[in-house]
This record gives sequence, C-alpha cells and structure tokens, in this order.
Amino acid sequence: MNWITNYVRPRINSIFSRRDTPENLWSKCDNCGNMLFHRELRENLNVCTSCGHHMAITPRERFSALFDGGVFSEIKVPAPLEDPLRFRDQKRYPDRMRAAQKATGEKEAMLVAEGEMGRTPIVAAAQDFSFMGGSMGMYVGNAIIAAAERAVALKRPLILFSAAGGARMQEGILSLMQMPRTTVAVQMLKEAGLPYIVVLTHPTTGGVTASYAMLGDVHIAEPNALICFAGPRVIEQTLGEKLPEGFQRAEYLLDHGMLDRVTPRTELRGELITITRMLMGLNPAVAGDLPPPGDTAEASPPEALNAPPAEKPAK
Amino acid sequence: MTNYLDFEKPLAEIEGKAEELRAMARANEEMDVEAEASALDKKARELLEDLYTKLTPWRKAQVARHPDRPHCRDYIKALFTEYTPLAGDRNFADDHAVLGGLARFGDQPVMVIGHEKGHDTRSRIQHNFGMARPEGYRKAVRLMDLADRFGLPVITLVDTAGAYPGKGAEERGQSEAIARSTEKCLQIGVPLVSVIIGEGGSGGAVAFATADRVAMLEHSIYSVISPEGCASILWKDSEKMREAAEALRLTAQDLEKLGVTDRVIREPLGGAHRDRDATITAVGKTIASMLSELDGRTGKKLVKERRRRYLELGSKGLAA
Ligand SMILES: [Zn+2]
Repeated sequence: MNWITNYVRPRINSIFSRRDTPENLWSKCDNCGNMLFHRELRENLNVCTSCGHHMAITPRERFSALFDGGVFSEIKVPAPLEDPLRFRDQKRYPDRMRAAQKATGEKEAMLVAEGEMGRTPIVAAAQDFSFMGGSMGMYVGNAIIAAAERAVALKRPLILFSAAGGARMQEGILSLMQMPRTTVAVQMLKEAGLPYIVVLTHPTTGGVTASYAMLGDVHIAEPNALICFAGPRVIEQTLGEKLPEGFQRAEYLLDHGMLDRVTPRTELRGELITITRMLMGLNPAVAGDLPPPGDTAEASPPEALNAPPAEKPAK
Repeated sequence: MTNYLDFEKPLAEIEGKAEELRAMARANEEMDVEAEASALDKKARELLEDLYTKLTPWRKAQVARHPDRPHCRDYIKALFTEYTPLAGDRNFADDHAVLGGLARFGDQPVMVIGHEKGHDTRSRIQHNFGMARPEGYRKAVRLMDLADRFGLPVITLVDTAGAYPGKGAEERGQSEAIARSTEKCLQIGVPLVSVIIGEGGSGGAVAFATADRVAMLEHSIYSVISPEGCASILWKDSEKMREAAEALRLTAQDLEKLGVTDRVIREPLGGAHRDRDATITAVGKTIASMLSELDGRTGKKLVKERRRRYLELGSKGLAA
C-alpha cells in the first residue's frame, strides 16, 4: 500500500532526519485528535492514518516522496533584491525573513527541482506554507520563471504544488506584479507544448489562486484543501452571514468545475505519473517502486530509452 | 456642493465662511464683503496648495477614492465617440462593474474597458461599487479577444477597490476569471494601454492593468492590498492604515520609481475632482501619447515586449 519501499526508506529517512524529529514521539492529528506515531505519519506523507486528514508537508519532504528514490537536484533560483521597499510593519521585513529562514531551514517559500518520477523526467516546484505563509514575492516569481525556463530547456512537464496565503505584503506592489510575471512563465510552457500540472494544496488563496494556480492544463487538489480568491472571513464580513459547510474546499471547487480531480496525497504520485506520461506520449509506467535513476541496471524499463538521459542526481 | 475629505476640514471651514459672507451680501445689498471674502479665498487656495503638495500616502488613498472623482463612464463619454457598449460574458451574466465596448479614440476604432464605481447610491449599487465578479473579467477577456482579432488597440481604465469578495463570485471561479484576464492581457497582439484613474486594488486591477504602457493619475493608488486590510493583518489594528499606506508604497510617485507605472499624469490643484474636465483632458492626451509610442509595432513584437516588461519588473527597488 505504501509505495515507499524498504529499499529507499533509509535514504529518505536520512533526508527527513534533518528536521530532527525524535523517533519515539507521537503527534496528535489536528482533525481527529488521535495520537499518531511520528514515523508512521511521515511514511504516510503526513496524512492521518486514522481519519485521512492532510497535514502540512514541506517541499523537501514532498519531493523526497515524489522523485524516484527521493533523489532530485535543486534548480537555482535567481536571488531578487532584498527588501526592495524597505518595508517595516511591527517588525522589519529582513528580520521576518531571517526568522522564517531560521524556523524552516529554507531560503525562501518555494523549492524547484528536477528529477524523475516513475522514470518520467519532470521539473517540479513546491510552495512552502511554513515559510511566511508560502507568500508570493519576487523570489517565488523568480522560482516559477526558473522552473518554466528549465522545463522548456529540458522539454519536460512542470508540476507545481501551490500553498500560500497569497501575495507577500512586505513586497507591496512587487508581490502583486508576480501575477503577470508567473503568467508569462505559464505561457512559456504552453507555447513549448509542455504540460503544466497544478496540485493545489491547503491553503491556496488570494493572488496565487488568481494567477499560476488556476492556469494549469490539469488541476488536482488535495482533499479538503482551502482554495479561494477571497478568504471565508473576508466574505463573511462583507456579507454578514455564515458560509455553508465545505465552502471553498477542494470538493466544493470540484463540484463547481474549477478542478479536474481531488486526489489523496498518498495516491498523487501514481496519478501524476499516469497523467504526465500520457500527455508526453510515453508508454505506460512500470508498476511498482523504483530505485533512484541509474542505481540499478535492471530497474531501467524499456521506455526509458525514449526519455532524455537521467540527470546526474545531486545528493 | 463639495464633498470634503477628513483632512480638508480646515479648508471646508474657510471656504464655508467665504460662502456664508457672500450669501449674507446677497441678502443685504448694503453689505460689502468682497474684500473679506477674497481674503478667505486666497487663504483657502494657499491651504489647498499646502495640503495637496504634500499629501501623505493615506491621504492620497482618500483622494483616489473621492466620490466626485471622474469615473470610467465620464472618461468614456468625454474622450471617445461612437461608444458602443458590448455586454455579457456569454456564459452567465453581464457584470455592470465593468464597462466595455467599441469606440473611436480620435478616428481610431478601439476597445475600451474599465471599472465603473457609480456616482450616487443607485448607480453605485448598480455597478457594485466597481467590484467586478467573474463575469466582468470574462467579459473583458471576450472584448480583448475581439479587439485582438480585428486589430483594435485596447484601452483599460482601472478604478476598483478589488474583485468582489462574494459567495457567488467564488463559486463561479473569481480566481480563474482574474487569472484568465491577466493571461489575455499578455497574449493579445494589439497595443494595450492602461490608466489607473483612481484605485488600483490588487488582483482585480492587475487583470486589466497588465499592459504595454501603464499610466497613473497623480493621486491614484495601486496596491497589493488596501491600507486598511494590510493594517489589520500586519499591525493587527485596522486603525494603522496610515502606517500601512506609507509602508506599501502605493503612490503613483513610488510606483514610477519601481517601474510599475510609466507615467504620472498631473492632477489639477486639489485633486481630479476639483477640475474634472482638465483631468479628463490630461488623461486623453496621455492615452494618445502612449498609443503613438506603440504605433507600427507588429503583434509579435508587442507581445514579446509586454512579457519582457513584466519579467524584468522588480529588478530595481526604490532608490535611496
Ligand atoms: Zn486524524
């Protein structure tokens, strides 16, 4: 049932362990309240094993599970100007940034990588909600442009996992300008005839939804993800009434025609492989789990011959 | 009657006094108040100048939202001929928050699209205060597409607090509609020029203002979030809108430095609403000049340069 085999688990665990979660700890599901064994939860991609509630997952954890053998190489994102508006609210923006960097161990709110998924070469980008709410500023814009340019250069599909409260207010108008900038990135993919698949995860709201997250060739959402332009609180304030149960959740958007599918995280990888291989005109994927590209000769299926040579994976 | 903004109260007092004196003189022919009234006029003018030459960002936001400011409809009426509104998104409804249609700008047939806020209670409700629903953006997409196929330049007039945050709007895909409108702006092979005439509120503004050339009126604003919204999120206090307006750099002057806007159009002393005709004329001149800059370019070149403009945006911050 779990597609992470024993074979690759040690490597993935070693990647995960940078978060230093003691193995003997339990954590509580925010939805059903059940106590879950850390390791079990992690192996189930932070989906509650008792109620199916999808908890947050970092881009790194997601990529470790997405790419064959947990191996991917990061794509460098051009660094934007630091604090272009010299923004200060109750804190200075650079101080907020440093706090977020310290808390997450990441540079910014998006990770871009290339690698193989079921022996299908892809470029992937994932937004990190734990980094200042995943907010879209110049860096996230640059990341999406870099991802699109790399996908076009390698003739690969782009799979983008969105998660954000919206635009990064501390970059003011420049955060807003990421709406047209990322739209140009999507246009690059479309003009190159490459699939652009968006996986909308909890939450995807505001200017992010109103730009690259809603311009995919295929839209897949994780169950119960909040997906909206205006958040429920804003609407309740405007209308002065309570909104119906499930409003703006993934299933609701599916009913209203905004999504193609709602797919549990544990089934997502298989589905992404199936879809991208069909769109790219590749043979069906080999069933089962795969070691990292280039690890074992017998694992290379015949259709890998059609695919571009595997990139030398970074660690 | 003038609608005074909060910060114009001292001005209202002086102008009121002058008005009162003159009214008294009209009632009583023996009174000669002209000297005194003129002195008050002069004082009022000095105060107006003083207030408007150093408007804070928050005050600019208030001027940008002034109810007497010329709105989209006023510009269309004054600057275009043969305006022929085109309605509907061919899908669900016609959104009255968005006006649009064929018109002539000079001799040139064009497509004009803009947000209309309305000018009195009835028309404000009719136009939903300029806050568009998905149908409005989808109508805009349809009109831009039409313009593209027939080679007509597109002129957009931006004036919205933002896209409408409503239940139906969300159900019908507000996000997707905005995204598609921005996408269309980046696709059409005809000149696309935009003027922010009042409020450029967030994604609802981007959907129309992603253009070859963007101009802003001197006291208009363009922002990722309203100062009030920003204050309540970052300061946890919606009364901190002055600080938020300052921090957001939402004025035309700051946006010109950042390269978001290409031109700032001077407003008459005391703001666009104090001389609507002069404002409208100035906007018309700017539109003509922006269009002439794009004259003769192929569709391919226009699209390529428009996209590059946005890709390169943000590489310079505010100069110290
Ligand atoms: Zn649970």
